[in-house]
Amino acid sequence: MKSDKFWAWLVFILGSAYFVVPLAATFEFSLRMRRGEYSFDAYASVFSDPYFASSFTYSVVVGLFTIIVGIFVVVPAVYFVRLRMPWLKPIMEFITLLPLVIPALVLVYGYIRLYGSSSFIPFTGSVLGTDILLTCAYVTLALPYMYRAVDNGMRTIDIGTLTEAAQIAGANQLQIIAQIILPNILVAILSGAFLTFAIVIGEFTIASLLNRPAFGPYLVGIGTNRAYEPAALAIISFIITWGAMGMINVLGRFAPRTSARTD
Amino acid sequence: MGQPAQRQSMASSSTPRRIPWDALAVFPFILFAVMFLFLPTFSLIGGAFTDRAGNFTLDNIAGLFTDQIMAAYWISIRISGASAILGALIGLAITLAIIRGKLPQGLRSAVMTFSGVASNFAGVPLAFAFIATLGRLGLATIILKTVFGIDIYRSGFNLFSFWGLTLTYLYFQIPLMVLTIAPAIDGLKKEWNEAAQTLGASTWQFWRYIGFPILWPSVLGTLSLLFANAFGAIATAWALTGSNLNIVTVLLYNQIRGDALQNPGLGAALALGMIVITSLANVIYLVVAARAERWMK
Repeated sequence: MKSDKFWAWLVFILGSAYFVVPLAATFEFSLRMRRGEYSFDAYASVFSDPYFASSFTYSVVVGLFTIIVGIFVVVPAVYFVRLRMPWLKPIMEFITLLPLVIPALVLVYGYIRLYGSSSFIPFTGSVLGTDILLTCAYVTLALPYMYRAVDNGMRTIDIGTLTEAAQIAGANQLQIIAQIILPNILVAILSGAFLTFAIVIGEFTIASLLNRPAFGPYLVGIGTNRAYEPAALAIISFIITWGAMGMINVLGRFAPRTSARTD
Repeated sequence: MGQPAQRQSMASSSTPRRIPWDALAVFPFILFAVMFLFLPTFSLIGGAFTDRAGNFTLDNIAGLFTDQIMAAYWISIRISGASAILGALIGLAITLAIIRGKLPQGLRSAVMTFSGVASNFAGVPLAFAFIATLGRLGLATIILKTVFGIDIYRSGFNLFSFWGLTLTYLYFQIPLMVLTIAPAIDGLKKEWNEAAQTLGASTWQFWRYIGFPILWPSVLGTLSLLFANAFGAIATAWALTGSNLNIVTVLLYNQIRGDALQNPGLGAALALGMIVITSLANVIYLVVAARAERWMK
């Protein structure tokens, strides 16, 4: 029994070392810009770069639209499949797993071939169209996570009873979804939203192939041209990811603990 | 006579009103899946089997069997396999340590939270972090050289190589394993352990005959997830090595950017090959999981 504990500590310490050392090294590297002493010069250089602000803002905006479109696509579908068409659930689960099986690079290749400027829906023919396509691509990437978050949220509330009560009170279907279901699964949706945000904010592949000025392509550009700024940006990205995940943890404490009736 | 007819008309007037509503709610989801998952995939599959003139051909598939493309697939499979297997083993060890190793309770939630962050800390920033750590001027490289006298670059290590990329991928593979396997390990009841001990089983026997057979399908499922995860990854590799390392995603990326293979059909075939490999990993998992379930009954 004592040796169990020894091995557990050993594994934990070795594991921690692997995860902490790169972060510490990156932080140390990011402070080395000024010769001979530690400084935050690399961070100052990053924040004063207008492309940092513009690409970051662009990715945040795309991220917000991704979340809104994702909610619009997933919530009504999960609600009705749970309530009226449970036989569709396995198919839905299969579809939402596809983005984990088909690489994003392959999907975006398909989009470019299918929605090029001479196709039946020329998404990439205009800037706005490309932005819409990028948003939809991100919704696809986030689909497995958004679906699971919303599905878990609906599992903990009794959507059948809520729907009946709302119908008796005279609500129509749109009101039921928007005013009854959505507020009740808000915590779950927000978890999905923050995860979506964490995925989208530094995404490189799709944004660069669609030629949009997002944060991911900006990062790669800095990586090839600068020495210390990339380390600073890695730390900033880590903090953003940490913030998004931290929000999910905080939100988890507000999640309803009651489970749906099974009868 | 009038009443049943009336009831019937009520039923038929309310049914059509309800069915379009149901369909309408699922419609955005279906439309989305068709437009952004099915059609693009089918377009690539179609493209892989048509020549420039639009006729059916197997030339594109045959074109995959060149040294350059086969080498790209092979190194991708090796990196994904190595990072998935190592990630699964190390992740399993860490999860067992924090859940069953009698470590302080606080460590467990700290590790789970950190895993949530690290599994999403992929792509370009991860590459930057490893360059700052194990690059030629990285902190770990310098400390190893000045303090321990080990010059890892002189002894053959290169961050921009197979092992460098695998080591970097482990940074998101291990946490992903921890997050997905933790519920399964939680499912191993303490009572089973006690029962096995009462019957005289050693720790090894417990894991060999009880623990591992129960965990096996979950481990294998996560393994295929990790494989697909690494196989489709490009941002980390791109930021780390540029187009130095000839992995299949980098090859396809260059093809999409500027038709590097000078044959769109071959590009589609390359993408199809990737789908086939990731699907195969998942089919293997489904088959084994089904067998394991049957066995467990």
